[in-house]
Amino acid sequence: MFDFEFTTPTILTVTALTSYLREVLDSDEVLRDIWARGEVSNFKPAASGHVYFTLKDANAQIHCVMWRSAAMRLRFELRNGMAVEGHGAVSLFAASGQVQLYLDSLRPAGEGALYQEFLRLKARLEAEGLFDPGHKRPLPQLPRHIGIVTSASGAALQDMLQTLGRRLPLARVTLAATAVQGVEAIAGIIAALKALNTLTDLDVILLARGGGSIEDLWAFNDEGVARAIYASRVPVISGVGHETDFTIADFVADLRAPTPTAAAELATPITLQDLSAQLNLQTNTLQNLAAGHVEVRKTRLSLAEAALRQHSPRARVLNAAQRQDDLRERLDLAFGNQLRRQRQQLDALTSRLGALNPESVLSRGFAILTDPDSGKVISRRNQAQPGQTFRARLQDGSFLARALEKQEGAEKND
Amino acid sequence: MTEQSMDFESAFRSLQEIIARLENSELPLEEAIKLYEEGKRLSEVCANILAAAELRVSTLPRELTTDENDEEAVF
Repeated sequence: MFDFEFTTPTILTVTALTSYLREVLDSDEVLRDIWARGEVSNFKPAASGHVYFTLKDANAQIHCVMWRSAAMRLRFELRNGMAVEGHGAVSLFAASGQVQLYLDSLRPAGEGALYQEFLRLKARLEAEGLFDPGHKRPLPQLPRHIGIVTSASGAALQDMLQTLGRRLPLARVTLAATAVQGVEAIAGIIAALKALNTLTDLDVILLARGGGSIEDLWAFNDEGVARAIYASRVPVISGVGHETDFTIADFVADLRAPTPTAAAELATPITLQDLSAQLNLQTNTLQNLAAGHVEVRKTRLSLAEAALRQHSPRARVLNAAQRQDDLRERLDLAFGNQLRRQRQQLDALTSRLGALNPESVLSRGFAILTDPDSGKVISRRNQAQPGQTFRARLQDGSFLARALEKQEGAEKND
Repeated sequence: MTEQSMDFESAFRSLQEIIARLENSELPLEEAIKLYEEGKRLSEVCANILAAAELRVSTLPRELTTDENDEEAVF
């Protein structure tokens, strides 16, 4: 599996040797996933963003590399002489033949121990019920008086005041200033929470601090602070550090906000804009209802007027006149219909009469024979004798004719 | 010092009560007009409070005693 170049079976090129060494190191389970603790030296930040330094203790040292992508996630400023714990993999840099530790994360030494302590305390307080959802107090929708526990000089305070001022300037704010890191922080925070709880009209407390290292936030992982939050009569919103930071205070608080600004937002679910919109809505409703009251009266009035008009004598006369007009119209209509019907009958009769007119028969080639003396029509054989004269009337005139011989039946074509 | 938020809330609640009463269409007209005028006034009071609202910030004394607040600042 190794790409050796043999000059003789036992002699390796340097490239092949380092290549082999690297394969050995890279395939080692332990070296692939390892934590190392030591002191930073020879640290020099490179323009590329990659970080190179030496990790050493009293007896040994190892060269360390942290690529830019990992170095960008560093949460503290790296300095020579700093005690750190780094995680990564050991490999060989062939160009210099150096074994190096390639770090993917780095933290100040001792943080791991603090974290263990954090987990122990968290488990204990959780078992004791300090994080119990049933103990979380409901937060006011529209707080009138908001307490803040934070440092008077921190950016967190300015962020919160700005947010509150923008969202709900109707509110009153009381600041209980305290150190939020260092030796005084724990006692200070506990005292501030207690002091704010003596204000009888306080609706909510914001317990906040800007971002920092795990040591900076340590006061918020203190058991005494946790118990002070739990004991607070006024509901507490925590907003400690950055979004990714979770402290014991966050777990005990009635609501955990990811940042101080977010804490101020969560404390003011209803904003001035919301109130303004509500007010406009209610004012419109008021207008509409009032207009409705007037409108109802107007409608009733016009109904009453209509009723009055209907029962007045003048209306009766007008009604009678109208009834008369109606009757006349109906009469005209009925009469007109009858006339039309009779006219149609007449037309039908006339056309039937036309069909019976003898003239129309003559035009088809028939002749009418009459006795020239009496004028009687000869329509039968026995009305004429041979030799008798008669008149034949045709379409356009007549002539005299004489009968020669009688024949029976209708004329036949031979 | 006036409680601006308290004033807003109580004025707003009164406005809502007036609206609830106006919803009864059998109200005598005289009374409806009177209620309307009062509602209009309350609506203006509320609007003025909102327009003039400023966050007021006070600081507890350094000793964190239980005394009343000391100086007050408008933020």
